[in-house]
Amino acid sequence: MSLVAHDVHLAYDRRTVVHGVDFTVPAGEVTVIVGANGCGKSTLLRGLGRIMRPTQGRVELDGTDLRRLRPRDVATRLGLLPQQPSAPDGITVADLVGRGRHPHQGAFRRWNGDDAEAVSQALALTDTHELAGRRVDELSGGQRQRVWIAMMLAQDPATMLLDEPTTYLDIAHQVEVLDLLAELNAERGTTVVMVLHDLNLAARYAHQLVVMKEGRILRCGAPQDVLDVECVREAFGLESQVLADPVAGCPMVVPIGRHLPAPRAAVTPASP
Amino acid sequence: MSVLTPSRPAVVERPRTARRGIAAVAGLLVLLALVSLASLMYGVRDVAAGDVLDALFAPVTGNNDHGVVRTERVPRTLIGLVGGAALGVAGALMQGVTRNPIADPGLLGLNSGASLAVIVAIAGFGVTSIDGYVWFAFLGAAVAAVVVYGAASMGWEGVTPVKLALVGAAVTATTTSMITVVLLTDRNTLREFRFWQVGSLANRSADSLASVLPFVVVGLLLALAAGRVLNALALGDDVARGLGQDVTRGRLLVVLAVVLLCGSAVSLVGPIAFVGLVVPHVARALVGPDYRWLVVLSVLLGPLLLLTADVIGRVVVAGELEAGLVVAVVGAPVLLALVRGSRSVAA
Repeated sequence: MSLVAHDVHLAYDRRTVVHGVDFTVPAGEVTVIVGANGCGKSTLLRGLGRIMRPTQGRVELDGTDLRRLRPRDVATRLGLLPQQPSAPDGITVADLVGRGRHPHQGAFRRWNGDDAEAVSQALALTDTHELAGRRVDELSGGQRQRVWIAMMLAQDPATMLLDEPTTYLDIAHQVEVLDLLAELNAERGTTVVMVLHDLNLAARYAHQLVVMKEGRILRCGAPQDVLDVECVREAFGLESQVLADPVAGCPMVVPIGRHLPAPRAAVTPASP
Repeated sequence: MSVLTPSRPAVVERPRTARRGIAAVAGLLVLLALVSLASLMYGVRDVAAGDVLDALFAPVTGNNDHGVVRTERVPRTLIGLVGGAALGVAGALMQGVTRNPIADPGLLGLNSGASLAVIVAIAGFGVTSIDGYVWFAFLGAAVAAVVVYGAASMGWEGVTPVKLALVGAAVTATTTSMITVVLLTDRNTLREFRFWQVGSLANRSADSLASVLPFVVVGLLLALAAGRVLNALALGDDVARGLGQDVTRGRLLVVLAVVLLCGSAVSLVGPIAFVGLVVPHVARALVGPDYRWLVVLSVLLGPLLLLTADVIGRVVVAGELEAGLVVAVVGAPVLLALVRGSRSVAA
């Protein structure tokens, strides 16, 4: 599987957000796209996922322009999870995951053994089989995100694109979702491309880190080669220190900012 | 957490939806058979049950009772079945395509377009028979839908549910004010129009039914095929595209089915939008949010509601109460009960 962007420009109406990106998604690896708000990272992901058509340039899947492939054929190879997807009210986990089978079904083709197999495997892989009969709107944020990932697994694509899959999750659930994706990558060879906000988690989970600024790729490579003080300053306009993550050894960004707690504040004794 | 150990087979939910769906279909078929029978039995004229059966299976020419049953009650019941199915399914499709639980087919401007066309027929062409309105109403509904869909598809992102709803509301408001202008200034048109506008199964001939039937059949086939499209669209445009659904083409398919179904129904029985609002909610309470089942159940629930209303309207008062009026009286409590009791009242 190969997914390659050639000089991709993407625009909303007439406002161009991504200005000529060339970029190859390494097969079987985890790629994380980071950058400041509004830098075009989600838009680039939508372009890679065929949700937006490039106004210029092209995205190729296995050497063929996405625009020349049937949507259904793309969907069996490329899954996409947008930011904060919303499930219909009252839908059960199993039903939602089952909808991932959409590209494998025809207008009047009914549910069959392959579908049931794919759904139960997806539920098992994401550890959501016990939730199968529950309603999605009753689940916690972390469970819900796992269910959406299960839907994408039922779709059974070789490549998964995820837009901020950890938004609004607490730190434990963020790690849980990222661990799940890392394990899918390691054990099934699934190619993962995702947008993340947290630089430290990005550095931890990425094989390839892509830093974007103003619709262009600023840096691209292994996190330890890409993420340094200068990169953070250029991409985010933020002064920082970059240390070695004491757990994993990958780069860890510690922001400096203008405000530091006054040293006295912490030790002020209670007034009598 | 080690997640990559697919150990026991997961419980897969599909069969449950299917079981509930099949049970609901069976139950509704029985109810629909009963209410159809009641529709043949009861009316202003008292006809004995035995005579009704004779009229159906061994008619005697010249027998007045048999004549009433064959030329009035049978077509009326069939019109109720076809019109109700079309309205119910159109409502389900509309709520699905707009992702809006309070959408009804009127949202596309179909009802007001049909109404305006009927006014033109009365005031401009002097048409005064219900049968004469059929083609005008159908054309009016179709033109309104084309205008709404065309206007909503302008702009770089194409048709979105919100734009569809807003343009529909704007077109409905404009058309309604044009209708009001005519009705305020033209008393005769008002008198004729009132009888059409309230919505009824009475005084329609089998010919009217025959002329719209092909459209309803095509509309229902499209609707059945649209179930899986709506299931994808229900997850949002981005997810639907990610699942390989061509969103624009899918919406066009659904809207086409709505125009065929609702245009036919409005031409046949008048603008009874309420059927299209209530029916999908009842269906959802029965089988959940899977549109493939919602469409099937709406085919049965629509006529059940419309015929029930029609029979009640014939029985409760000495003359007759129009089905369009009774539908709201029967349907509103159902909707209220669903809102109170169920958590699944939403698109």
